[in-house]
Amino acid sequence: MRRKAISLLCRVSRPSTVQHPLVAPIASLPRYYSSHVPPNAKLNQPIQYNTSTYLSHTAAATLANPELPSSIRTSGNTNRQNLYQSINSALSTALSTDERAILFGEDVAFGGVFRCSTNLLDKFGPDRVFNTPLNELGIIGFGIGYAAHHESNTAIAEIQFGDYVFPAFDQIVNEAAKYRYRGAGEFSCGGLTIRMPVMGVGHGALYHSQSPEAFFCHVPGLKVVVPRGPVQAKGLLLASIRERNPVIFMEPKILYRAAVEEVPVDDYELPLEKAEVLAKGSDATVISYGTTMYTVELAAKAAKEMLGASVEVIDLRTIYPWDKETIFESVKKTGRCVIVHEASKSGGVGGEIAACVQEECFLRLEAPVGRVAGFDAPMGLIFEQFNLPDVARIFDAIKKTLDY
Amino acid sequence: MSFAAPFRRSLIPRTTRKIASRYPCSKRRCFASVTSPTTPEAPREPEGTREVPMTVGDGGSGTVRPVRQRHGSDRLVFPGAVNSKFTNRLRFRMSDPNEAIETYRVMDTEGQIVDETHGLDFESLKEQTLKMYNSMVTISIMDQIMYDSQRQGRISFYIVNAGEEGIAVGSAAALSEQDVIYAQYREAGVLMYRGFTLEEFMSQCFSNKKDNGQGRNMPIHYGSRRLNFHPISSPLATQLPHAAGAGYALKLEGTPACAVTYFGEGAASEGDFHAALNIAATRGCPTVFICRNNGYAISTPTLEQYKGDGIASRGVGYGIDTIRVDGNDAWAVYKVTKEAREIAIAQKKPVLIEAMSYRVSHHSTSDDSFAYRARVEVEDWKRRDNPITRMRKFMELRNWWDQEKDTQLRTQARKDLLKAFNAAEREKKPAISRLWEDVYDKPTKDQWAQMEEMKDILERYGEEYDLDMYDGGKGGVVSKK
Repeated sequence: MRRKAISLLCRVSRPSTVQHPLVAPIASLPRYYSSHVPPNAKLNQPIQYNTSTYLSHTAAATLANPELPSSIRTSGNTNRQNLYQSINSALSTALSTDERAILFGEDVAFGGVFRCSTNLLDKFGPDRVFNTPLNELGIIGFGIGYAAHHESNTAIAEIQFGDYVFPAFDQIVNEAAKYRYRGAGEFSCGGLTIRMPVMGVGHGALYHSQSPEAFFCHVPGLKVVVPRGPVQAKGLLLASIRERNPVIFMEPKILYRAAVEEVPVDDYELPLEKAEVLAKGSDATVISYGTTMYTVELAAKAAKEMLGASVEVIDLRTIYPWDKETIFESVKKTGRCVIVHEASKSGGVGGEIAACVQEECFLRLEAPVGRVAGFDAPMGLIFEQFNLPDVARIFDAIKKTLDY
Repeated sequence: MSFAAPFRRSLIPRTTRKIASRYPCSKRRCFASVTSPTTPEAPREPEGTREVPMTVGDGGSGTVRPVRQRHGSDRLVFPGAVNSKFTNRLRFRMSDPNEAIETYRVMDTEGQIVDETHGLDFESLKEQTLKMYNSMVTISIMDQIMYDSQRQGRISFYIVNAGEEGIAVGSAAALSEQDVIYAQYREAGVLMYRGFTLEEFMSQCFSNKKDNGQGRNMPIHYGSRRLNFHPISSPLATQLPHAAGAGYALKLEGTPACAVTYFGEGAASEGDFHAALNIAATRGCPTVFICRNNGYAISTPTLEQYKGDGIASRGVGYGIDTIRVDGNDAWAVYKVTKEAREIAIAQKKPVLIEAMSYRVSHHSTSDDSFAYRARVEVEDWKRRDNPITRMRKFMELRNWWDQEKDTQLRTQARKDLLKAFNAAEREKKPAISRLWEDVYDKPTKDQWAQMEEMKDILERYGEEYDLDMYDGGKGGVVSKK
């Protein structure tokens, strides 16, 4: 069943211009999955990745990023890549700059079900890029053993979907996260990076849609990173791989092909544990990460047009340990805060951020901290449009916090 | 918003999918040739050709190799089983309970050599024999002292090794210093043989500042970088896939060494056992898996643990060279471990050893085993067989040992142990900052804030805490790292 679902998603995510002659054009058929834009919708418009200001569509825009090393910024060497291509570029860079790095997981050898490891077997050989048996705890346990063997060993493990990381939960929580602590610095598996596709994809249902980050944000010893686009994905993944602490690197799978940017060709890293302010504003702060950044962008735009509100938008990037200074500074300025994530609300990352904002910014808060999150239900296939934070719900949360 | 907009067009199933040609996937190629021989990717060979080209993964190197299929042969080469004959006899396979895998033995319970094909030159091993015996005896005396000290409340917890010293010491003697060890918790003999000092044992159990683990883990959770012995963790069997990964690392480095992991027969029921043996076999990892089958997992007897022929019968299913050995015979354990190590390193593959023994002690200091097994059963075992007395008899038969030497060894060991015990008990506990350190390579901003928070609490409520026993007292709460 699971394999079937994987191949479905795999096929779905391949763009095709050739339509099957026996199948009627999609527009004339009712849609039984995912969502489409209702004719009268004003807020829930499709995400326009090609015009989003949260992606760098020109080399100049990319190279203006002050976080990039000056050598990258002056070289001007970029090319257009989508998210999976930039991941591929990061993996290739990591393997070529670190001879003790290995990449492994289910089906990574032929290029991966999302194409992230395309060509890497050819470049680096079957000893360094290889398939494992279909067993998540084995993948992570093996990676821990490889990384703990030598402090400069680098293990890049892939879990095919974040939804399937739970068989390895024991290895991640009890072993990877505590290895350095119980070895008192004599031992660690800091060279371990665990990559996994996460978040909604339109029709992934219960087991191809989850956002399990909050489970890992409760575990001292781990770092949890979620990029929002190709430039971030490459820079943050390289930083995560080279980081000498175990990192859970979550890749929003809907962005693999959708998000396209001008990405620096050469080797660069972006800082971990650092949030990024995407839009300056003075009336409210909206914090999110991954896929929902683009929904937040539309909601902030709607708030500007319909309410005249100036919204400050922050991409958290590293979810744990997270960049409190940037968040607090922003909320102290705006006095209002809304947190957006796809994962279900109870016990989610939003609760932690809200509690910390409340502790630190109490005297500056002018409204309760708002949270827009997935509802406390699994991701039922046909209900996805109601379960995920959309523009309407985020807009409404901004409106409520402004009206308070 | 539109959730699947970028993918909409491609939701229509495509008739043909281009398979990544650079990496020939064995399964697809095989199915293509078996079920649809007219597929252009695998053209049927002309009439008269007796063979159809196929590929199967070779396990380990990540490449594929061709297999020739004969038409009209008595077997079809399925990709999942490349050498299975057809049969028209419907028969379910079952291992024969009368034909259990045999137990390898070198010497009997009287220390007499029963197997003259062992190939061991005992005369040249005299010094090593004395070291093995010394380690076993020292462990057994340390166990008595520490067990009693736990009963007196001087340490919080302890697990003894009684009855299983032969497995630990016999195997450790066959390994090299470069071999990497992953233990469960009842293998103190491995550390003793490798040179873990009495001070290190005691410091760990007393959680003092000299503990390699800085007082963070329960007693008996030893670890030592110097001795290539990874720190023990309580979750069972988690170390098994680590040993597979470490074996793989050794193979890539080209180090002529193997990873060795110990675990009980109860731990072998964990999913990690399955994961580890399977990945070690498919990736060709030089890893030696040593199972201590002592009959019990706390209160659960093996009859409630598994129905097959122990743990050894499973190794064969994973395609792993497997052997069962008498765990009370330190020489048999030594011999099979030595062979296993050579196979693992030379042939780059894992080996499974099932060492049979009996847990004559309670499971731990938190367990009273007479709640679930008869005292007489345990007493019988103590009388019948014991790895230490067997080795002693072996040495006495060669006039290497006598009562006087034995008394002297035991007296000296007890003296040394008590000296280390008293010193460790008096030693300060690690600084309070050790609570936060080593979670990451350096403390996070939140952790720094939490240290300051604790410092403030200690300033105002210091008398509520035992501060004097910690290195630096309340001054040690903020990390110097």
